[in-house]
Amino acid sequence: MRRYFARKLLIYALTFVVAVTVNWMIPRFMPGDPVAAMVARARVSQPEAVEAMRAYYNNLFGFDEPVWQQYLHFWGALLQGDFGLSIWVFPKPVADVLLDALPYTLGLMIPAVLLSWFVGNWAGALAARRKVLDNTVLPAGYLLTAMPYMWIAVILAWALGSKAGWFPISGGYSLDIQPNWSVDFAVDLFQHWVLPFLSLFLVALGGWAIGMRNMIIYELESDYASYLSALGAPQRLIRRYAFRNAVLPQITGLALQLGVLVAGALVTEIVFAYPGLGSLILAAIQNQDFFLLQGAFLFIVIGVLIANFLIDVVYVVVDPRTRTGMAGGQS
Amino acid sequence: MSTAPEPAAEPAEPAAPSAPAARPGRETLHYAVRNPKLLIGFTVVVLLLLVGLVGPPLLDNADPNEYVGPQAAPPDGTYWMGTTTFGQDVYAQFVHGLRATFLVGVVGGAIAAVIAMLVGFLAGYRGGAVDEILNMLTNVVLVLPALAVLLIINAYLGVRSVPVQGLFIGLTSWPWAARAIRAQTFSLRTREFVDLARLSGSGTWRIIFREIAPNMSSYLFMMFILLFGGSVLIASSLDFIGLGPTEGVSLGLMLQSAQQWSALQLGMWWWFVPPGAGITAIVGALYVANVGLDEVFNPKLREA
Repeated sequence: MRRYFARKLLIYALTFVVAVTVNWMIPRFMPGDPVAAMVARARVSQPEAVEAMRAYYNNLFGFDEPVWQQYLHFWGALLQGDFGLSIWVFPKPVADVLLDALPYTLGLMIPAVLLSWFVGNWAGALAARRKVLDNTVLPAGYLLTAMPYMWIAVILAWALGSKAGWFPISGGYSLDIQPNWSVDFAVDLFQHWVLPFLSLFLVALGGWAIGMRNMIIYELESDYASYLSALGAPQRLIRRYAFRNAVLPQITGLALQLGVLVAGALVTEIVFAYPGLGSLILAAIQNQDFFLLQGAFLFIVIGVLIANFLIDVVYVVVDPRTRTGMAGGQS
Repeated sequence: MSTAPEPAAEPAEPAAPSAPAARPGRETLHYAVRNPKLLIGFTVVVLLLLVGLVGPPLLDNADPNEYVGPQAAPPDGTYWMGTTTFGQDVYAQFVHGLRATFLVGVVGGAIAAVIAMLVGFLAGYRGGAVDEILNMLTNVVLVLPALAVLLIINAYLGVRSVPVQGLFIGLTSWPWAARAIRAQTFSLRTREFVDLARLSGSGTWRIIFREIAPNMSSYLFMMFILLFGGSVLIASSLDFIGLGPTEGVSLGLMLQSAQQWSALQLGMWWWFVPPGAGITAIVGALYVANVGLDEVFNPKLREA
């Protein structure tokens, strides 16, 4: 078990280093000059002012130092929680801007990820048992996984928001209410949350249902299942064993799919103008606020790594083989 | 944005290894033309591909973004899918957009498949330290959220094109496939015919491509289909965020402009329904065809 965690931690540490390095490298080695872009955006005409701005941004990005020093400084600042200043909301530090948006994204992501996983596995397990269900769950599942997140979001907003008028279709809360700790605000917040949540939930649901269905069928065909039924064990017992074994890969799958689900949350937020990280990223791109963009990237990576670690812990609790260290060699 | 759902159960055995070559081919075809999932899936994909290939030359206007018709008109005889707020023909955009979608799927899927094969075969066949290092690399890329990496890369690129987009998607979406190939290769490398090839002095890559790869060709083909679908979905998300190709149209860009110009609030459903339905149809049909292929190649799954 210790070996299992050591390995996982090593991978997470490496991933973090790679992410920070990518983040540092891209503005420096990609074609295009971010400083020129930012200066151009300010629309200053006097040459002295342009020069001053250029020097200011070069200093801010640290482009005036040797490359290795830039890299070390980047790490130094990062480890102190310094993501630089946002350009879009100028004097505000990037970390503060991101922390303001984070609760909305987490409030959307965590229920969507967990509920779609539970409901999807349940539906998939049922589908593997009954032919009638299988013929409905399977096509529906494929349709749902094939839908782009933003499209299902747009369709939901159109059908349940614009046409039916049940839910508001944009924002995190109504503009005429100030955020506060009241029941009215909570209700308003919830109404704005429903549609973005539904769109994330539905797309993820299909994949889990199909995965679970396939795994159960695969388990029911395996040697131990045939052996049990040859011994005359009741079908219910065999199904219970199959379910237990089929859930394990689904837990690994949850870890693998996290990065994808984050992406889904980002585009969904953009459709509904939900005030989370996705909307921030859009604003950062439109305003060429590279510090905000880079900060958001690191935030997402850190979030995915933490969530993966939690899933690894759950896996150890659920799978006895990891506890005895038998599976330590496989990751 | 979704990525291809990984084939959840790593198939225990690649289909029919070491069977005589001639007969399985005909047998496969026999089951292929009788598999409704495969037929329906492929028909949908091929029809859409034809529309994308043949459609643009048949249209009068070469530039799908041109302002040709009345503004914000619902579908009718002249404009099959209506027009945008600016009077652009939605059908013309859709047909051109299909091309971009297929292109990004092929480029992204092919690049990802090649990297996955190189990494997966080498790690699975050589094992030991090579496997450790490649596996570590695979895991690192696996944990990095691909869209977040693509976001920052694309934001810094000045001019963006569909092939470049496909290239970057391919470079970030290979890890799950590499893992699956590695697992398959593990189970094949101790077979007699591989041993025989090794004894006769064949090199690593020769054994991989002559002995191992042909025996899992059906699996590799199915993997490419999933990578193709995944690339299409990732590209549509990038386009939607505003990081799509800077020239031309794609289905994702259509969705983006519909969103940007409040087609939703104006009730112009004909602007945002076709592009999303196009993506869903292509990707969904590919997934369904994949299930059909699995049944064709894997006798265990065939319904009697």
